[in-house]
Amino acid sequence: MKKIRIGAGAGFSGDRIEPAVELAEKGHLDFLVFECLAERTIALSQLRKREDPNNGFDPLLGERMRAVLPACRRNGVRVISNMGAGNPRAAARETIEIARSLGLHGLRVACIDGDDVLHLKDAFRPFDDQPLPGNTTIISANAYLGADALVQALDGGADVVLTGRVADPSLFLGPLIHAFGWNTGSWDLMGQGTALGHLLECAGQLTGGYFADPGYKDVPDLDRLGFPLADVSEDGSALLTKVDGSGGLITLQTCREQILYEVMNPSSYITPDVVADFTGIRFEQQAPGAMRVIGAKGKPRPLDYKVSIGIDDGLIAEGQISYAGPGALARAELARQILEKRLAQIGAEDLRIDMIGLSSMHGTPADWPAPYEVRLRTAARFTREIDAKRLTREVESLYLNGPAAGAGVTFAVRENIAIVPALIARELVRPTFSMEVA
Amino acid sequence: MMKLRTIAHARAGDKGNLVNISVFAYRDEDYAMLVERVTEERVSELFREHITRPVTRYCVPNLCGLNFVLQRRPTDSVTRSLRLDAHGKSLSSLMLSMEI
Repeated sequence: MKKIRIGAGAGFSGDRIEPAVELAEKGHLDFLVFECLAERTIALSQLRKREDPNNGFDPLLGERMRAVLPACRRNGVRVISNMGAGNPRAAARETIEIARSLGLHGLRVACIDGDDVLHLKDAFRPFDDQPLPGNTTIISANAYLGADALVQALDGGADVVLTGRVADPSLFLGPLIHAFGWNTGSWDLMGQGTALGHLLECAGQLTGGYFADPGYKDVPDLDRLGFPLADVSEDGSALLTKVDGSGGLITLQTCREQILYEVMNPSSYITPDVVADFTGIRFEQQAPGAMRVIGAKGKPRPLDYKVSIGIDDGLIAEGQISYAGPGALARAELARQILEKRLAQIGAEDLRIDMIGLSSMHGTPADWPAPYEVRLRTAARFTREIDAKRLTREVESLYLNGPAAGAGVTFAVRENIAIVPALIARELVRPTFSMEVA
Repeated sequence: MMKLRTIAHARAGDKGNLVNISVFAYRDEDYAMLVERVTEERVSELFREHITRPVTRYCVPNLCGLNFVLQRRPTDSVTRSLRLDAHGKSLSSLMLSMEI
């Protein structure tokens, strides 16, 4: 039976680069996939593109490509990534330049367009009854594309494919459809391929990252965590492993946690390619660090694409100050009262005052000893910069006008871009690819 | 009484203003106890400061796991929240603190 091998080179934009190099050099891969695009990242990249038409792709694109392309070329590994972010065309041009500078002539670099649907905003419909944002606040709108244009680019011979917004698992499903010639109406195969993509898309989260809990769940060598790879068979079953000698582990527990990561209803995981059902999935340990996975199923794909709309959400101001030693909590509490009175005058929205070290994460625990040190944190939303800055000054003023021995003030004001989901009819969106040769 | 952490592990993830927390028995034979004791009612009570409606539970016996879906306030979506933990990533640890 035909098999292909896919590795996960990144699970987020800022992810470690060495594990991807390790996979490119020693992983005997056919495909290396980098998932680098969070919900909000694409809106931020659209803003950068507006300032500079040659920008708007992942800031680490150049560093990653320089690090992995030579080994990928040598070993025949094809690269797929959503590092195109808000500007896949510019990302492809940049990659061509890098390939030429590395002497990798003849490298075929494709980009996928069509996810930018800002011009179609009048056709957006609400997602799960969440109201659509007002037109004036919209910064960007990108549809989550499926695997189809990616498959076309691979069928067309691309060595590197750069996309913008594509559903994360589709980045992995695409090469499977391409390599095996799967019928995209075979919903169980689409479901199984999507399950594999979902397991791999967060890279190190399958191999022991986001997992260790000393004494309960121990993980070896997290400082040199290896990223996962999958040997996928034509029937959709796969063996999950990582490069021998790398850090981390693959166990039943890491696989179970990752298959339900960011999943709401496990029998209906919706992507543009399929509605996947993970409830029948089985993990079988074949050898230490080698896990067989099979049994995901699928139902017909949704009629609409999901859209991420980036909106201008005003300003967020935040400030912090610490108190330590005897009476730390009482002094932090006094500072809280002072801040509440002072900030009541400036029209903050959703004002929060948290005690870091006591109650900032889960609320106040009922029976917890007073901490040795407490960090008071305040945050609020503003529309006017002058008011946002006033919050930060109020925190700083706690030095000279607040309780004794306040220390370590930090503060910041940032423009916030929020994401609102919407739907758009599939037939209005036109995913396409184009290719250039280095 | 013991903490859930003794027999189970958990992971939290997010989508917009929804957070999911999956809980898995370390030993397959403890799954039935999870189903019996880690109920929608008890989890809704534990997370009352974080949710706007009772949690939904999905049972996944193949994985010896439960998946809980929490709906947070509209101002607590990942890209809007003013919380230090905007994603709700740490909420799996609150789950494991449950006495069962």
